[in-house]
Amino acid sequence: MAVCIAVIAKENYPLYIRSVPSQNELKFHYTVHTSLDVVEEKVSAVGKSLADQRELYLGLLYPTEDYKVYGYVTNSKVKFVIVVDSSNTSLRDNEIRSMFRKLHNSFTDVMCNPFYNPGDPILSKAFNGIVSGMMVQTS
Amino acid sequence: MAGSQWELPPELCCRPMAFVALTGLDVVYNAVHRAIWDAFCANRRADRVPISFKVLPGDHEYPKCRTKRTSYEWYIPKGILKTGWMNKHLNLVPALVVLFYELDWDDPQWKEKQSECATKVEIVRTSLQGRNTKVAVVLIQKKTPLPPGEDLVASERASALCNSCDLSGKSLFVLPHTDHLVGYIIRLENAFYEHAQTYYYTEIRRVKSHKEFLNKTTHQLLFVRHQFKMAFLSELKQDTQNALKYYRAAYSLVHELRAHETNMLEIKTMAGFINYKICRLCFQHNTPLDAIAQFRKHIDLCKKKIGSAELAYEHSAWMSKQFQSFGELFDEAIKLGLTAIQTQNPGFYYQQAACYSQDRKQMAQQLCQAGMTYPSPDPLDTQSGGLDFYGQRPWRQGHQSIDPTDPEKEKMGILALQIKETDVPHSELIIALLSNAVAQFKKYKCPRMKSHLMVQMGEEYYHAKDYTKALKLLDYVMCDYRTERWWPLLTAILTTALRCAYLMASVKDYVIYCMELLGRASTLKEEQKSRIEKNLFKVLMNKVPEAEAECDPASVSAARSLWTDRMALSGSNEVMVDMQDYIPFIQCKARFQSPSFHVDQPIQLQVFLRADCPHPVSFSKLTVSLSNQEYNQWCVAESSGQDSMTLLPGKARCYDFSFVAKTEDVGKKVEMTGVEMMLGSDSGRCVFLSWRGAGGDAASTQEALQASRSSRRWGRGAEARQEPDWDSLTLQHSTMIISRVPKIRVQLCHQPPALTNEMYCISLSVQSQEEDVARDVKLTAGLKPGQEAGLGQSTHVTLDGSSVCDDNAPALLTDVPLGDLKPGEKLEKCVYMKCVSTGPRVFLFHVAYSIDTAVEGRHIVCKCHKDETVTVETVVPFEASVKFVSTKFEPLERVAVDIPFLLMTDVVSSSPCPLLLSSSCLQLQTITSNTPQLQSQLQQVVLQTGECASECFCLRCPPGTSSSNTVATGQYVISWRRKSSGADSPLIQTTVSLPHVILESVPLYVYADLPSFGRVRESLPVRYHIENRTAQVQEVEIAVDPSDAFMFSGLKQVRLRVLPGTEQQMLYNYYPLMAGYQTLPQLNISLPHCPTSTSPALRRFLPQRIFVKPQGRQPDDASIAAA
Repeated sequence: MAVCIAVIAKENYPLYIRSVPSQNELKFHYTVHTSLDVVEEKVSAVGKSLADQRELYLGLLYPTEDYKVYGYVTNSKVKFVIVVDSSNTSLRDNEIRSMFRKLHNSFTDVMCNPFYNPGDPILSKAFNGIVSGMMVQTS
Repeated sequence: MAGSQWELPPELCCRPMAFVALTGLDVVYNAVHRAIWDAFCANRRADRVPISFKVLPGDHEYPKCRTKRTSYEWYIPKGILKTGWMNKHLNLVPALVVLFYELDWDDPQWKEKQSECATKVEIVRTSLQGRNTKVAVVLIQKKTPLPPGEDLVASERASALCNSCDLSGKSLFVLPHTDHLVGYIIRLENAFYEHAQTYYYTEIRRVKSHKEFLNKTTHQLLFVRHQFKMAFLSELKQDTQNALKYYRAAYSLVHELRAHETNMLEIKTMAGFINYKICRLCFQHNTPLDAIAQFRKHIDLCKKKIGSAELAYEHSAWMSKQFQSFGELFDEAIKLGLTAIQTQNPGFYYQQAACYSQDRKQMAQQLCQAGMTYPSPDPLDTQSGGLDFYGQRPWRQGHQSIDPTDPEKEKMGILALQIKETDVPHSELIIALLSNAVAQFKKYKCPRMKSHLMVQMGEEYYHAKDYTKALKLLDYVMCDYRTERWWPLLTAILTTALRCAYLMASVKDYVIYCMELLGRASTLKEEQKSRIEKNLFKVLMNKVPEAEAECDPASVSAARSLWTDRMALSGSNEVMVDMQDYIPFIQCKARFQSPSFHVDQPIQLQVFLRADCPHPVSFSKLTVSLSNQEYNQWCVAESSGQDSMTLLPGKARCYDFSFVAKTEDVGKKVEMTGVEMMLGSDSGRCVFLSWRGAGGDAASTQEALQASRSSRRWGRGAEARQEPDWDSLTLQHSTMIISRVPKIRVQLCHQPPALTNEMYCISLSVQSQEEDVARDVKLTAGLKPGQEAGLGQSTHVTLDGSSVCDDNAPALLTDVPLGDLKPGEKLEKCVYMKCVSTGPRVFLFHVAYSIDTAVEGRHIVCKCHKDETVTVETVVPFEASVKFVSTKFEPLERVAVDIPFLLMTDVVSSSPCPLLLSSSCLQLQTITSNTPQLQSQLQQVVLQTGECASECFCLRCPPGTSSSNTVATGQYVISWRRKSSGADSPLIQTTVSLPHVILESVPLYVYADLPSFGRVRESLPVRYHIENRTAQVQEVEIAVDPSDAFMFSGLKQVRLRVLPGTEQQMLYNYYPLMAGYQTLPQLNISLPHCPTSTSPALRRFLPQRIFVKPQGRQPDDASIAAA
């Protein structure tokens, strides 16, 4: 399961970011932030090929020694980033995809909330619950 | 040694090249030898064979060859690879020794020289005892050799020399010292290269042959060693494919070795070496993916092989080196043409290397306690000064058992290593690696990764106590994180920066970072903010702030004294901070109340301030500077005594300013150039917070945008809230000063449309509604500027309506003085427009005046003006047409000279209002009137819309103008005006040019005198006149055709002569038989001598038909009586 999950606004500032509490939170923030370089590159490369049926899932962004970082971009250019421990080999591409899909569905619900102002940090409990379900359980 | 312990040996990193020794060359004193040597060394480009040459004396001692082992049975290896081995084969043991000897084939002392040469060869052979090194001889000759086979002496002596030196023919070479030296040298070295390859080939075979003697229990190390040697020799042989194969085999063997704590370092060292070679060769073979895969495998295999816990930092150092050297190899390959991508570039390896270096530093700090005394005798000292085998401990070299031999010695050794480690400049290493990584990420479009690494560099500089550099780096990247709005990261960086600023006692930086950490972007906890704010106040009071948490105690005390010094310094206690670039704890938004103000209203502006910090903030002064500095004096707020200006946390406060604009500034913009706020006091330390323009900071634009999207604005109670919503407050940084609202009424009265050329009257009435006298009333009237370009020339405006204005009248009358206007007074004025062309026009009426008024007790003279515009369409008043017709009202193509014809004119009104045609007149040219006087038939005629006024004039072209040219005939002038206009208004003359006509002269003119009608059975006398217009006598034949409608008497056919200039008359009596329009009997006239003038041409002058009335009834007719 994931060690860090983040939702990044179109303008590249974080809307939601959560990581396992056991480790250095700041490090995850940096990891997510630096992964945006790759996301931007991939998104702009897609734009050039003019594919209207764009694949939202960007796949593995880049591997570090300790973590694998996966990315996903919605049609409104909101980015989802999931960081997984490198040692966790049980997670396949398909599982990551389904995690992103779940995240996207929940995010859509957040956006549908008339009291939520797009661009504000996400404080939804339901969303938080979904994310918690996807995170590594540390007890 | 400590730093370089982890460096890869240079002999490993270089490209191995066959080693060839050259002897017998005296490169110092012999010019010829020097030239030969230079030809070997110079220009060794890629196209030359890879050989490293060395000049050695003839009696050079080569390394002794150890006696070959015949059995390995009792042999226990002491290590994997000797430290000297690679160097020995690269630089000490040649593959080929070449003896240079000066000898020509026809040398007189051939015998002696031959034996001397043989001796020299023998000396070389002796010193190479036991080695397979080849020997070759090169004869340096002065003469150019003959082609092979021709010089019998040469071939004979060559074989003799070979025999005496015990050389094969292939090892004897001749080098003529002539012009083509380089060419000969290149051929020579190619031959040397072949010999060298044979040498390395036999060496590889020799090493391979050892294999069968080895057993897997005791000789594991040798398996690795031999594979490595074969690989390295293959490289020397330039057989990189096989080299790679052997290295790969060696790599898997090295991991099969039994690893324990004592030999872990040796295994890792060798694994690192072999991995380096494999990766290097993969890049060389242009298979970068293989290189990367090998490296990943290497790292995965070795990651967990930490070795001794006391020296755990060594593992990190080694790992760091692995990543660094791979990064360098990668970078090297890129320089040679490999393309890297964003997610796979050397930067990642440098970054990871830096990461391991950081681990190394941390572990070293934990493991190596300072203050231990260095053990004596030095356990790291070896007899030879170096190690025998790579990766072994100096105090137990060659030791291969699992447990260390001497625990005490082991302890001492470890302690010595730990003490050495404390001297390593870790931060320097880390920073160097990070900056390498930064350079790479910059190249591969990873700006965020670059920023992240720069933060790490900054932090490392902070740890290395180089605060200036740390701040420089942190300050540089802060901006990126601020614009990207990653507040947690920004806060972390700011916290480090604040520590640096504190430790440097840099007041300005300290203040700035404090302010931003207190601001809304900071994610610090409330109590931390509270502490920082207290520190900030201390600095403002010129006191020493408290130390930041997590600072090194020694540095803190140094910083304290720095601060105290700084406080003691008088002066320079003013700090200016530009707030726009930060997200400070005080937000400022200023705005003019309105985007424009009338000059007679006071200009109002508001400055909103809000503090985000946990404690109230007092400040002493607030000023707004404006583009016109004369207004600045009105925009100052200062705290006086106890009435301090305080901002409460989270509450917005508004400061209002107002001032009266100057009348000169009407039409100009007033802009806010800055807002400045003074914190602290003159007695302590002042900090001026300055905002450019109307405030706002690095984050406020985005917040305002977000607020504008927000649904809260329309939410419940939006009106009920007392305070304005801070985020939706907008800046209004400039305002326009506009003139006072005029209080006059301007009315226009006119009757559209205007007619072309007419003096169109627009009457203007101005009524004052001012309470005071409006002075200097001025009118500007006419065509509004900025319309079509041609309109200016076709429009004329005048105030004089009594006569038609000429073309000099302007299109716009400016500043016509109308005098003063008392309250309530009304003034009227007529303006006349003459429009020469049709189409719409916009006319402007601009009434300006000045008036005295008072604003907030100040008397000012205001200029006011009122504009009225009106669009007027201009139309054509009437259409006039003229045509020439014959006396028979037939259209004329040409006009015959001296024959009367008619001019018909039609004037059709197209004006919507009635027109009065006063008169018309003909101004003839060339032609004259046929009647004595030309009287106009249009006198004071009124035409309604669509009505037509026609005239008819009988004209004649006087004789003597005989020419067949086209001639102008004159003009038709109509005088008219609008019927509704007054009797004194001027008449407008409209001139219509008469069409040009083509003149012709006729030789014979025929005309008839006949009554206007006939009556059935009553005689109808017709007289035909035939005029000869030529100067010759004309013979004319006349015949009359019979007609059904007439009987007639007279000459039916006649032939007569007409003298020049005279006429003949013919009289006929026609007797009509039928009533109605009847065709007259046709008169056929022909001129036998002038065939051009034929009957049809002449017939046009004659009437064709006549109306015949029926026979009259008797007056006593019964029917009339009945009627």
